[in-house]
Amino acid sequence: MTSKYSAFSVLREGLRGQSGWCKAWRSPKPKAAYDVVIIGAGGHGLATAYYLAKNHGITNVAVIEKSWLGGGNTGRNTTVIRSNYYYPASSALYGLSMKLYKNLSKELNYNVMFSQRGMLVLAHSEPEMEMAARNVNAMQLNGADAILMDVADVRKKAPLLNFSKDARFPIHGAVWQGSAGTGRHDAVAWGYARAASALGVDIIQNCEVTEFIKEAGRVCGVETTLGPIRADAVGAAVAGHSSVLAKLAGFKLPITSYALQAFVTEAMKPVMDTVAFSPAYGTYFSQSDKGGLVIGGALDRVPSYGQKGNLPIQEAVLSGLVEMAPVLAKVKLLRHWAGIVDVTPDSSPVIGPSGIDGLYVNCGWGTGGFKAIPAGGYLFAHLLANGTHHEFSRPFDKDRFVTGRLIDEGAASGIAH
Amino acid sequence: MQLFPCPFCGLRSEGEFHFAAEAGKTRPVTTRDVNAEEWAAYLFDQKNEKGATREVWTHLPCAEMFIMSRDSVTMEVLGTQTLRKLPA
Repeated sequence: MTSKYSAFSVLREGLRGQSGWCKAWRSPKPKAAYDVVIIGAGGHGLATAYYLAKNHGITNVAVIEKSWLGGGNTGRNTTVIRSNYYYPASSALYGLSMKLYKNLSKELNYNVMFSQRGMLVLAHSEPEMEMAARNVNAMQLNGADAILMDVADVRKKAPLLNFSKDARFPIHGAVWQGSAGTGRHDAVAWGYARAASALGVDIIQNCEVTEFIKEAGRVCGVETTLGPIRADAVGAAVAGHSSVLAKLAGFKLPITSYALQAFVTEAMKPVMDTVAFSPAYGTYFSQSDKGGLVIGGALDRVPSYGQKGNLPIQEAVLSGLVEMAPVLAKVKLLRHWAGIVDVTPDSSPVIGPSGIDGLYVNCGWGTGGFKAIPAGGYLFAHLLANGTHHEFSRPFDKDRFVTGRLIDEGAASGIAH
Repeated sequence: MQLFPCPFCGLRSEGEFHFAAEAGKTRPVTTRDVNAEEWAAYLFDQKNEKGATREVWTHLPCAEMFIMSRDSVTMEVLGTQTLRKLPA
């Protein structure tokens, strides 16, 4: 059976009717006990399992998933990968993610289609240009790549945009991050799943946690729809449903769940080879390799666990798109969906001990979890393996809400998650 | 577009409403020392219930705050309650 993907194996399997491929990952029955159980087989959970096995040699690991692998926010995002943040702690975190993404296809032997096509964050007034300059300076000081572009530079990068002086928000310039881009969201989940499974990790789908097994105040495993599974350490990476698990386990999180919507249009010829985001219009878009525009915007402002969006935000996002690039007004939408995102008060994630021994959390990524999958997994694996923080995840511990050392990226970089 | 019921103005478009907070939180009494954990719990921790919720909302045009009970999965409104007290 063929398990390694290469030009040679694609050719050979093509010649013998694709009959020799083995399954990308195993689907074993759960064992009675593991060293580590990870709840949630999304990008973060699967990446955590992979790095536990690869970096820490811990392979007696199960990733359990109530539904199918990669079917939550990993399969529902707009695939943008960037590290244009303001604070040093964020820059280190998302910078690590970019670094890992760059080599991910090769490392996993799975094409995650990371395309560093660059990203424009548009500035629509002189004051916004001043804030953009401040952000660029901060990013450069933190070692992230960013440059300030004037309107002529922006026009060269994305001639499709609305450069009319009569536009509701005329373009004055932009923050350009050339290393940003897009990836293939499903492939990130599938690639990590396949690589983790090959290292011995058990991925168990359709297995929902119903209760935590506690002994002397310590979490020792989980009760699931497939029976009890014991573990020395349990990690939860369940995004919008983190509060539901927290309630089961008996601790609190500073998280509110909202629906975040996204849209894909019919496929068309290449019109846009970068990502453009306009905070003023509240809309961003890119064009996928298949040709469809991938469009996103702000959160629905109604707390929600229903994976569907509301009309006012659809109207705001799509009217923003038409103002950003009027030529797109007649393009037809193909699909539309919503994911449930876990928003924290300071728009930064929560990685760390839950407050209950034996249970750790990786959550609070809000609208920006996809870009952080490799770093989230890398740092969460470190935490689960050692019981202590990696220096990059330390600032993102839940204790920052008590000490007051918030990492308020919502205010600092104007990123709304 | 969903219609939310304002207890003062009746059914209005959801865009006119602003989610303020979960209902039922009590601000720590500052006549005694309040530690950082208590402040953090009051300011930041959320129940974030899946299913039936009780929340404080503002209807922006009339600027009244009220309690709305909703189902956070189906988005069905289960009821509203004014926060005004009648004069004694």
